[in-house]
Amino acid sequence: MQANKHLDNRLGLRGWIRAGRYRFERYLYILHRISGLSLLAYLLMHIYVTGARIYGADAWNTTMGSVTGPVFTMLEFLVMAAFVFHGLNGIRLVLIELGIGIGRPMRQEYPYVNSNDKQRTMMWILMVLVVIILVISALDFFVL
Amino acid sequence: MDTKKGTNHHTKTITFRVQRFDPNRDAEPRLQEYTFPVSQGMTVLDCLIYIKEKLDGSLSFRASCRMGICGSCAMFVNGFPILTCHTQTFELNADVIEIRSLPNYPIIKDLIPDLTMLFEKHKSIKPYIIRTDIKEIESPTREYHQSPQELEDYLQFSYCLKCGICLSACPTVATDRAFIGPQALGQAFRYNNDTRDGGTAERLDAIDHPHGVWRCHMAGACADACPKGVDPAMAAQLLKRQAAAAVFGRGKKAKPAGVAPEPKNVSRRPNIPDAPPRTVE
Ligand code: SF4
Ligand code: FES
Repeated sequence: MQANKHLDNRLGLRGWIRAGRYRFERYLYILHRISGLSLLAYLLMHIYVTGARIYGADAWNTTMGSVTGPVFTMLEFLVMAAFVFHGLNGIRLVLIELGIGIGRPMRQEYPYVNSNDKQRTMMWILMVLVVIILVISALDFFVL
Repeated sequence: MDTKKGTNHHTKTITFRVQRFDPNRDAEPRLQEYTFPVSQGMTVLDCLIYIKEKLDGSLSFRASCRMGICGSCAMFVNGFPILTCHTQTFELNADVIEIRSLPNYPIIKDLIPDLTMLFEKHKSIKPYIIRTDIKEIESPTREYHQSPQELEDYLQFSYCLKCGICLSACPTVATDRAFIGPQALGQAFRYNNDTRDGGTAERLDAIDHPHGVWRCHMAGACADACPKGVDPAMAAQLLKRQAAAAVFGRGKKAKPAGVAPEPKNVSRRPNIPDAPPRTVE
């Protein structure tokens, strides 16, 4: 009996990070959290780095000089990607949480069409938008 | 797939990797393999029954109705929670089928999850009609009034089996033990949206807390996995709307529906016998 108590079989972080055979929205749930946390981390670093300004122009210039180069351009692009995805997916989530785009309760019939199915068009439109914006900004970051 | 001669009856040899766990002996669950020819039409539950009857009587699993209505037989099959009696084995399109107990619930033995958590959460949202007219409830005079449309507004959610599948699909339940979970949210909405009920405020109290409805971020997994089309994800979103409206003092429900008016110009047919006398007072 003792072993049973400890074996609570909760998926934990594993179940959170691995959406397995579930559908795309569950992957978006993970991405949304990761992008949100990354943006928060970026914001803190951003405030810290740009805080160099209070030590005068020289300090500002050396700090800015230390965060250039291909690695930082790539990181900045990731911030951009997180921002675009989090923002547009966030619009979808806000609408859904207000009950918009998920239909209304009704007697279910086979094959079941649930709220997740009903919001799919909106989801795909927003995700295509994310890709388009990211392609344009990738051109702007790396090519132009 | 080989066809037996003389019948148009397909069989296919399938290997089942079945989770075994005896809390008295094992520290960790392990997978045991059983291979046998499965014939067309067998559900995953039929295969488990076959194993228990013919191959290994020590296998434990839970099932009762075998027709998708009791919610006992939910298991995690090839990485997805399903009702095993409700799923054709051939439909899985696999030569190897892995069957585990529902994740996010403690294992009692082999494939049997301990669903206590589900029932506690379900109870916490007061899943019954709450009214103040105690006298009418104790000794009813007529039925409460409800139109067919008002019935449809919550009917979908009342099909919940309490099978627990949605809680094992939910990524939030996976990390937050205290999260109230899709099943309870679905039922909270079901009763809140019932015109006969007056308990919305109490139920919103039960779900509007740090581990309540706001932990749902619409991963949609519960709605996709639910075998009865209950759509707990939709219920959760509509509950958020109710909870937010309540903060602004809006969206209050009209008073719970009263008893239906007495029909006019009708009389009781003469050949209907009287109800038997009450056996309890
Ligand atoms: S809502 Fe669906 S998946 Fe969840 S317990 Fe009820 S029937 Fe099962
Ligand atoms: S045995 Fe009753 S739902 Fe499967």
